[in-house]
Amino acid sequence: MGVGIRVTNLNAWYGDNHTLQDINLHMPANNATALIGPSGCGKSTFVRCLNRMHETNPIARATGSVMMGDLDIYKDASPVEVRRRVGMVFQRPNPFPTMSIYDNVASGLRLNGFRNRRVLDEVVERSLRSAALWDEVKDDLKRKSGASISGGQQQRLCIARALAVDPEVLLMDEPASALDPVSTSKIEDLIFQLKSQYTIVIVTHNMQQAARVAENTGFFLNGKMIEFAATHKIFTNPTDKRTEDYITGRFG
Amino acid sequence: MQPQGMVSSADAAASALEAGDGGSPSLIRTFLQGRGSSAVADGTFRNLMMLCSLSIFAIVAFIAWELVKGSSASIHEFGFAFFRTETWDPVSGEFGAWPFIYGTLVSSLLALLMAVPLAIGVAVFLTEMCPRPLRGPISFLTELLAAIPSVVYGLWAVFVLVPLMRDHIGPFLLKTLGWTGFFGGYNMGIGMLTASIILAIMILPIISSITREVMTAVPISQREAALALGATRWEMVRIGVLRNARIGIVGGVILGLGRALGETMAVTMVIGNSPQIAKSLFAPGYTLASVIANEFSEATGDLYLSALMEIGLALFLVTILVNALARLLVWAVTRGAPARVA
Amino acid sequence: MRDSIKTGRVRSAWRWSANHVFTLLAVGSTVLVLAPLVAIFIYLLYKGASSLNWAFFTQIPKPVGESGGGMANAIVGSGIILAIASAIGIPIGIAGGVYLSEYGRGRMLANAVRFTADVLNGVPSIVMGISVYALIVLKAKHFSGYSGGVALGIMMIPTVIRTTEEMLLTVPSAIREAALGLGVPAWRAVVSVSLKTASPGIITGCMLAFARVAGETAPLLFTAFGNAFWSTNPNQPMAALPLQIYVYAISPYDDWHRLAWAGALVLIAMIMVSVSLVRYVASRGILKGAS
Repeated sequence: MGVGIRVTNLNAWYGDNHTLQDINLHMPANNATALIGPSGCGKSTFVRCLNRMHETNPIARATGSVMMGDLDIYKDASPVEVRRRVGMVFQRPNPFPTMSIYDNVASGLRLNGFRNRRVLDEVVERSLRSAALWDEVKDDLKRKSGASISGGQQQRLCIARALAVDPEVLLMDEPASALDPVSTSKIEDLIFQLKSQYTIVIVTHNMQQAARVAENTGFFLNGKMIEFAATHKIFTNPTDKRTEDYITGRFG
Repeated sequence: MQPQGMVSSADAAASALEAGDGGSPSLIRTFLQGRGSSAVADGTFRNLMMLCSLSIFAIVAFIAWELVKGSSASIHEFGFAFFRTETWDPVSGEFGAWPFIYGTLVSSLLALLMAVPLAIGVAVFLTEMCPRPLRGPISFLTELLAAIPSVVYGLWAVFVLVPLMRDHIGPFLLKTLGWTGFFGGYNMGIGMLTASIILAIMILPIISSITREVMTAVPISQREAALALGATRWEMVRIGVLRNARIGIVGGVILGLGRALGETMAVTMVIGNSPQIAKSLFAPGYTLASVIANEFSEATGDLYLSALMEIGLALFLVTILVNALARLLVWAVTRGAPARVA
Repeated sequence: MRDSIKTGRVRSAWRWSANHVFTLLAVGSTVLVLAPLVAIFIYLLYKGASSLNWAFFTQIPKPVGESGGGMANAIVGSGIILAIASAIGIPIGIAGGVYLSEYGRGRMLANAVRFTADVLNGVPSIVMGISVYALIVLKAKHFSGYSGGVALGIMMIPTVIRTTEEMLLTVPSAIREAALGLGVPAWRAVVSVSLKTASPGIITGCMLAFARVAGETAPLLFTAFGNAFWSTNPNQPMAALPLQIYVYAISPYDDWHRLAWAGALVLIAMIMVSVSLVRYVASRGILKGAS
């Protein structure tokens, strides 16, 4: 089950660069929310603030509050605890190259000290099935490295790895931007299925992708959130002139 | 056989993973949320790693401290004159380091004189001219030179180089260059020149590998620019590559010098170990490192030991300075920082 | 007009020959550099192999005047000293490298460590020998195998630190982020992901450091000191292969010279075998397609 996310007055900096300015929004549970905007607009920084990955960079900091359900992730929990509740899929597939497919999926649990083999077997299979990868890799689980499969498969492996820790929220930072069209459509199908169980936040360049998978869409520009509304409203009848310019391609 | 409890917990996990039932959190969530923040473990780990990296400073401090402490008697007794005095007579308690400084400098500089042109030649050959399939094996072979232990070089020098010097190279030099005075006197095969040759062989790999590194760091565009102007290959290398890489090459040469100054075993085995200053390169000499190697364990008396410690301290300080200078030069080039010394 | 063409031709002839002289010099110096290497190896094989026999590996040195004998004690002694050195140098070096790469990026402290490590690498090994002598031997009032191990171990640290750091820097940051993103504690991510991914390179680096100190003689002169008899107690003076080679090489006896050659061959062979063995063992168990 996912939880809703309520962001209040979120600000973020890289050094002196104020990359996110006063972001406020509410993302409902078990829904997909798309974030769109030109590159460098802060949308990636925003999702990285949602699992406190932003602060792994020593010059970065953030203020404000992010509530996941009843949990204020900046007050009530350490970054490690937050990240166990929030799965993340990155722009480029990043499986662990020295681990087998099985070990990749099991890594989130194993590296956190989980030892029960039967449960691990179960979790690995279920996660790979949820990521629509099981049938393609079930014969090579422990034989092949996570880096030896195709790019599209690697990305689904990364999704399976994120699902294996049973997160409440799944963050996806342009998960299909490095993939071919066939793999992209597989990932989109997957997002469509997963959002019944997880709250999904997906950053994308691709407006069609946002329109296809997300209930709500937020438009970012220069570190500010310009507009946040139901996806069909953003794409058919945006309130803000700048959103409209971006949607219709009149922007930069 | 799996215990019953495990089977049921697996089933629980399975059911909890199946589309969320909205009820109690799954086994996995409960497990992970019970794991704590591990802040203490992380902090401890980080500090432990930092401590280990700081050990580098501790080592330098420890060496400096032991050497200063050990040499204090000698410093106190002789002062700065220690480095100018020519007499080294343990029996009468007179200790001066000048013959060793002289021997070290002459043998190292001679070695550089021989090694630098060769090293640059090898580097140019490998980076600019070598057919691709030969490049790997040849550079591997030159690196292999660096892996041979000093004592094995010494062994080879004693039994191969020394006779060669005594019977062939030495007489030839005497005949052709004897009039200069640098190649005269009794030629036993051991002595300053033999030591310099073995030193040259030993420092070659380091100079040539650093030279290669900085030459590869010169952008292709510099080469192409020279070639586009109609330069021959030599002119391209001279103008496009060597000129741009020269500071790094100097760094490599100084690094080689540092190695030569402190090289002990091979030199000790062929230099003759006699604290004298002679014009002829056939004459035996002595270096800072080899006097320590030879006399340290039989040094009787505190002042004798202390004088040897002071020689060690001098060697330590000089090599630190030389290496620091070399590293700065090499870093400046390979890290792309502006390295313009007109 | 004609003159300028002529000088042009002379000039290009000069350039042409300069180019060829230069080519010849570069090729010539490569040959000249490789010659001693080949000579050393041929001599080692020829002299060493002809002096090797079973007794070399099973017997201890015979007293002066008696022929035969071997270096069994020196081989074992070298093994013990190097084991002590590795136990000191490798963990500290790897940990230091981890700090530089995983925690110290862009920090002054890390730059200072890096620089000092490089400089320390150039400090003559004999200086390390007398420092450890003053620290341990002088206080214990006797030479010992473990003081030799300490001297060599300290010498390994800078090399291991630097190669570990360099190898860790080749691990893509995306992989670190993947681990952190799963909620893995930072220390666990470093050990199980960063270090594991870089492990082939790190192992190679450690073996290079090992190979370098394995042939060191100078730091052992006043620490392990050498021993003509069996000595497996690290608190006693201990024989070591490089020391024994040195002593035999400068001795006046033909028989000992032969043993020195055999020792040198064995020393180099042991270094190469141990390096390739570790690399082979480390390379097994790596998965298909893993980089």
